Amino acid sequence: MMRSVFPVITVATALFLLWYVAAAALNAPWAHDKAKRAGIELSFGELVSDTWSQEKPKLPAPHQIGAEMWKTTGAMVQRGRAFSKRSLLYHSWVTFSSTALGFLLGTGLGIALAIGIVYNRAMNMSVMPWVIASQTIPILAIAPMIIVVLNAIGISGLIPKAMISMYLSFFPVVVGMVKGLRSPEAMQLDLIHTWSASNVQIFWKLRLPSSMPYLFASLKIAMAASLVGAIVGELPTGAVAGLGARLLSGSYYGQTIQIWSALIMAATLAAILVGLIGLIQRVTLSRMGMA
Amino acid sequence: MMIWLAAGLLIWAAGWRLNNALSERPTDDFTRFAIPAIFGVTIIAIWECLVRGLDISPVLLPAPSQIALTFAGSLNILWQDFVQTAIKGALTGYAIGCGAAILISIAIDRFPFLQRGLLPVGNFVAALPIIGIAPILVMWFGFDWHSKAAVVVVMVFFPMLVNTVQGLRESDALQRDLMRTYAASYWQTLFYLRLPAAMPFIFNGLKIATTLALIGAIVAEFFGSPIRGMGFRISTSVGQLSMDLVWAEIVVASLAGSGFYGGVALMERSVTFWHPSQRSKAL
Repeated sequence: MMRSVFPVITVATALFLLWYVAAAALNAPWAHDKAKRAGIELSFGELVSDTWSQEKPKLPAPHQIGAEMWKTTGAMVQRGRAFSKRSLLYHSWVTFSSTALGFLLGTGLGIALAIGIVYNRAMNMSVMPWVIASQTIPILAIAPMIIVVLNAIGISGLIPKAMISMYLSFFPVVVGMVKGLRSPEAMQLDLIHTWSASNVQIFWKLRLPSSMPYLFASLKIAMAASLVGAIVGELPTGAVAGLGARLLSGSYYGQTIQIWSALIMAATLAAILVGLIGLIQRVTLSRMGMA
Repeated sequence: MMIWLAAGLLIWAAGWRLNNALSERPTDDFTRFAIPAIFGVTIIAIWECLVRGLDISPVLLPAPSQIALTFAGSLNILWQDFVQTAIKGALTGYAIGCGAAILISIAIDRFPFLQRGLLPVGNFVAALPIIGIAPILVMWFGFDWHSKAAVVVVMVFFPMLVNTVQGLRESDALQRDLMRTYAASYWQTLFYLRLPAAMPFIFNGLKIATTLALIGAIVAEFFGSPIRGMGFRISTSVGQLSMDLVWAEIVVASLAGSGFYGGVALMERSVTFWHPSQRSKAL
């Protein structure tokens, strides 16, 4: 763990430096253009400082994004308007709520399907191939249609977005749980049979506990997938609220700094949510004596 | 109207009975193919019956027969969109992204320092909602397929990198020692031992990347595209409420996705025939 801290920091620093250089290079043409029209000659220092402080840069420098993020989160909180429509916290909350709902629905559906697949031979043979096939279909492509159709029959707001998240997140759970519920060895199953355990008892006392490591591994993937689903689900609603809407309105108006800050916010949200599951995993597994 | 509902119910019961009966038989090639096929056909038949029986408006959910008609009727448009999105956008980006990831992971592999630093960063980035950079890349590379390919490159790069770096570590010390006793050079060890040993991991990454590539190319078109392409067609047809064309486009997308995945899986079977997960199927 500690061994990799130094390399990670080095790589991260290198990435930041690269970012600054790239920002200077990408924004330079616009800076030159502006100077030419104003009829002034830019020195190298002026050029660099201009490329790092443009209003609509091709690639904003990290400190510009940082400033924008502080303006739309921390500064809003200080003024007591943490949930105004201009606040990124508000948009993150919108995205988070549909992510969380979709994740819960998807996990529930996934576990239910997995139990059906493990306990019913016909279901195993007929559903499993389709579950796998369903993921080779670019589901995100039908996101706009789901939103519009559900709107047409009077369901709008959180539910349609959560449906898309659900569709994306149930798959890793099904696959992981089927593997997990089948992970007890023949010897363990024989032993619990000699104790004349019923099917229900076998499920609660052997199959479910031994599936836990698999469950958590899939929950992490499912959470990341469901965040992507929520963000894409916000695109066709006409940029009302949420991080996806910020991305879209930013791309309409060329507000690159806004796009990047929404992007970083989404990344932070993903890191927090996946980290949270990792924490629950560590606590649960160590209480169960598995890790 | 009631007849359609009754027919739907009947088909459902029949499909259920048939599949239950078939699954009682020992598993062979026939049942392995027939049971999912019956399940799929049943679902489509029930869909058709429900749409007709309940008189669902085609704006909400078109019947499969109608989708099939639209599909056959607009083959030209669909082919044009397929070429624009799947071939130019997704496939180009897939090739560039996966190729670059494999080359870079070979470079990383020579430096354990970079390996320890880049792997956690790569793992982190692989879990991020990368699709969000689509609007930025559309801004940089313009509306045509180049920007879609760029989105695909970024999307497939990190899963591929993580998998390949992992795979290159697979050969164990004993095998590497053996290569050394043969006086094999670094490159010989790489080509004859470590790359073949990494193949199961590389193919795992390649398979994950196939679906990511199509998703990336389609979603990137939501942020601006020329007047062709699958994502463009889907978002404009939704606006015009011509759902049958949207569904036809989805059929194309799923055919392309399954074909792409299936192709890579076939390649995997012939390249990594020695791996236990492939071997057990042959027996």
